[in-house]
Amino acid sequence: MARNPQLNSHGGLRHLLSIEGLPREIVVAILDTAEPFTEVAEREVKKLPLLRGKSVFNLFFENSTRTRTTFEIAAKRLSADVINLNVSTSSTAKGETLLDTVDNLVAMQADMFVVRHASSGAPYLIAQHLEATRRPNVHVVNAGDGRHAHPTQGLLDMYTIRHYKRDFTQLTVAVVGDILHSRVARSQIHALTTLGVPEVRAIAPKTLLPSEVERLGVRVFHDMREGLRGVDVVMMLRLQNERMTGSLLPSPQEYFKFFGLTEDKLALAKPDAIVLHPGPMNRGVEIDSAVADGGQAVILPQVTFGIAVRMAVMSMLAHG
Amino acid sequence: MKIHIANGHVIDPANQIDAPHDVFIAAGRIVAVGRAPDGFTANRTIDARGLIVAPGLIDLSARLREPGYEYKATLESELTAAVAGGVTSLACPPDTEPPLDEPGLVEMLKHRARNLNLAHVYPHGALTIKLKGQTLTEMGELAEAGCVAFSQANTQVRDTQVLLRALQYAATFGHSVWLQPQDGYLAGEGVAHDGEVASRLGLAGIPVLAETVAISTMLQLVRATGVRLHFARISSAAGLALIDEARARGIAVTCDVSVNHLHLCDVDIGYFNTHCRLQPPLRSHTDRDALRRALADGRIDAVCSDHTPVDDDAKQVPFGEAEAGATGLELLLPLTLKWAQEMKLPLATALARITSDAARILGIAAGTLRPGAAADVCIIDPRAPAPVSRESLRSQGKNTPFLGLELTGCARYTLTDGQVVFERR
Repeated sequence: MARNPQLNSHGGLRHLLSIEGLPREIVVAILDTAEPFTEVAEREVKKLPLLRGKSVFNLFFENSTRTRTTFEIAAKRLSADVINLNVSTSSTAKGETLLDTVDNLVAMQADMFVVRHASSGAPYLIAQHLEATRRPNVHVVNAGDGRHAHPTQGLLDMYTIRHYKRDFTQLTVAVVGDILHSRVARSQIHALTTLGVPEVRAIAPKTLLPSEVERLGVRVFHDMREGLRGVDVVMMLRLQNERMTGSLLPSPQEYFKFFGLTEDKLALAKPDAIVLHPGPMNRGVEIDSAVADGGQAVILPQVTFGIAVRMAVMSMLAHG
Repeated sequence: MKIHIANGHVIDPANQIDAPHDVFIAAGRIVAVGRAPDGFTANRTIDARGLIVAPGLIDLSARLREPGYEYKATLESELTAAVAGGVTSLACPPDTEPPLDEPGLVEMLKHRARNLNLAHVYPHGALTIKLKGQTLTEMGELAEAGCVAFSQANTQVRDTQVLLRALQYAATFGHSVWLQPQDGYLAGEGVAHDGEVASRLGLAGIPVLAETVAISTMLQLVRATGVRLHFARISSAAGLALIDEARARGIAVTCDVSVNHLHLCDVDIGYFNTHCRLQPPLRSHTDRDALRRALADGRIDAVCSDHTPVDDDAKQVPFGEAEAGATGLELLLPLTLKWAQEMKLPLATALARITSDAARILGIAAGTLRPGAAADVCIIDPRAPAPVSRESLRSQGKNTPFLGLELTGCARYTLTDGQVVFERR
């Protein structure tokens, strides 16, 4: 099989494509690097010169406001020049291929691509193309590809968990919701198992679980109450509108009844359990407002930490 | 033209010959195997010392891309690839553009292939108009134009009533029907085997159920209609078990497997290698191992290349957007030999699966060196290195998961109707 395309020949980080296959040391190094960056946000001048003179292209083939904005803020805090491209509305609509777009931007001296794409594996295609065309100094950050991976989301979730819980090796963590279609869930599961979490639970109806999901190292629960019993961390997933009614689920109301996080269900978790959500939330579908706004939710700190983690990833890529 | 193939080792599974013999050809036909007929004087003698003399290979599925997809491949490029791979007869599925649903298209294809004079082309007619699964084609007219069977290529007739009627109609006239068993609804938007690999890569899955449900339905329909059905491209152990069971109950169906599925499984997708985007999808390693065994003991009747040349642009895209298929005409022989060697099978068994067994399924008088038969011959060097590279492939399609591999065994000479149509220097 081909070499892991996100590592360089010395085993260092060349691209960030997926948490699967990343050595534990690199994951920890990213979290450690992010620590001091959280303080930058509190300064009067929120800028560091680490990416001065570098051009970061936000290459979004799928709409996203939040992720694109946080990447943009992260790059700007590192003093990079940021160019946002919503490709879904420009070149590919004119018939340009993904790799043609990339070649053109490389010719404009891009140093880094932050890529969001609806197809699983699209950032790999770009990374492999950069390798084939001998562009070792151009880096790719996967900002979400299809159902496959959203590694910076997984990392910021780990940062958040570490911030509140310190030791991963004593935790029970539940991931709840549409795991089948979720790149976030996959990145979370890989990150948790990589960092040594002894029990990762997947809670979902059978229609929203991928085939052989246990092979990813999770324990499957179909009863949310049973699955939440005694957990330290609850990671809720967003349910896309188009999946709420049809052959996967009958209705958002029924979903909320069985898989929505309410205060009474949360009461089954440990008293100090924290609740994460990648946003944007569907209140009253996967999470009750009382929980989302309650004392156990760490959803807004996730967003803040997300910027620091993305700064860490970009600075590590740019400096090898 | 009289040709004497001297000093070779003849393997002719159809006639149970596996021994050193000379072969004599005159007027496009085999005239003798063993001793020269009285008064035979050759115009040309081919020294086959150290080589295997076998019937020309028969490929049960090779897309030539004409008409309609000439930017992917042409009859000339692909028939050149065929004879370089030792293939002298091939069946082509009807998924051209337009599909082979009119006699005129079939006649044109046959005519163009005949003029090239390389390999025999046996087109499959579309079972339904435009392969849409709604309206039956004029099967009688298409058969007269040269279609040897009817198929939906890689598409499905989703409406079971239409399928029943298509099979009834085909059975009325004794036409055989080839179907790639896959339930269209269960396959959905899937692009890879629904299992651990697809789950990890976030690829939409095609469950084994899509194959087993389709096979179960089709077997019931065969029982009801008595149609001659061939299952094209079996991919799973569970699908195979259903066919075994049906045959044990006396239902006469046949099946084949692609050479890719003998050697690869879903794990080979690796980091989204689009060359492994195939239809049906590569399944688990246990499925692959079951297919390998079943081909060895004859429960799978034949192996084919499922040759599908795809242009680079259609492969250099994310996995799920890539066009399915792999080039294979030139790999059928070395990959079949590799399978036989790994399974410790006699060469004669391996060659049967791509000569006599394939001829039986196709219903053609080829795949034999019997005197009187057309002199379609493949002279094989079983030990010659056969590297797979963009440069070595004559097919216009350079898309294969085996790119970069060193295989062994190739055609040294290929004869069609007694003419040397390929010679490797």
